[in-house]
Amino acid sequence: MAGDAAARFKVGDQVRIRVGVPPTHFRTPEYVQGKQGKVDTLWGAYPNPESLAYGGDGLPAQPLYQIEFAQTDLWRDYKGSVSDKLLIDIYENWLETI
Amino acid sequence: MPKVHDRGGWPNDDPVDHSEHKMEEWERQVDALNGVLGDKGLKNTDQLRRAIESLDLATYESLAYYEKWTAAMEMLLVEQGVMTTAEIDAKVTALKQEQS
Repeated sequence: MAGDAAARFKVGDQVRIRVGVPPTHFRTPEYVQGKQGKVDTLWGAYPNPESLAYGGDGLPAQPLYQIEFAQTDLWRDYKGSVSDKLLIDIYENWLETI
Repeated sequence: MPKVHDRGGWPNDDPVDHSEHKMEEWERQVDALNGVLGDKGLKNTDQLRRAIESLDLATYESLAYYEKWTAAMEMLLVEQGVMTTAEIDAKVTALKQEQS
């Protein structure tokens, strides 16, 4: 299903997750919002779930990335290893340049 | 405060309960119905999630996993005019009377 919509970011780029809690459906959990991470993988472009959730066609497709975070950046008083990572899929419309 | 389904680190940071249970027959039926509605173009995964996320906190907390699916499927069918809440309630009442 992956398309070839031009992707704004490339693997290795530092990005910040946009902050926002729209009343509508979105796929970006709050615990990563406002946090800085690194693009680990570009999966391709997929129909936008924010449109599909209301019966829309999901177009234009949104590039979907796997973003890597340090767990210590996400959780206060994180008790695990300082090298622990979180990998999470985030659509491009939630990514900001640093 | 995060939306009702957005559970990372909320309401607390206790360990996640990973206990499993054997699927009940009604749970299999809900899963099958979900598949049929998808095949018929009456719902997609994103719509189901959106409907589940729209449950109020008390309802969300009180319903089991497949009960949430059931509530969401009802919402989507009513929304699209496939059936009405009154029709569903009448059928449930009739089924309860059959059982008693």
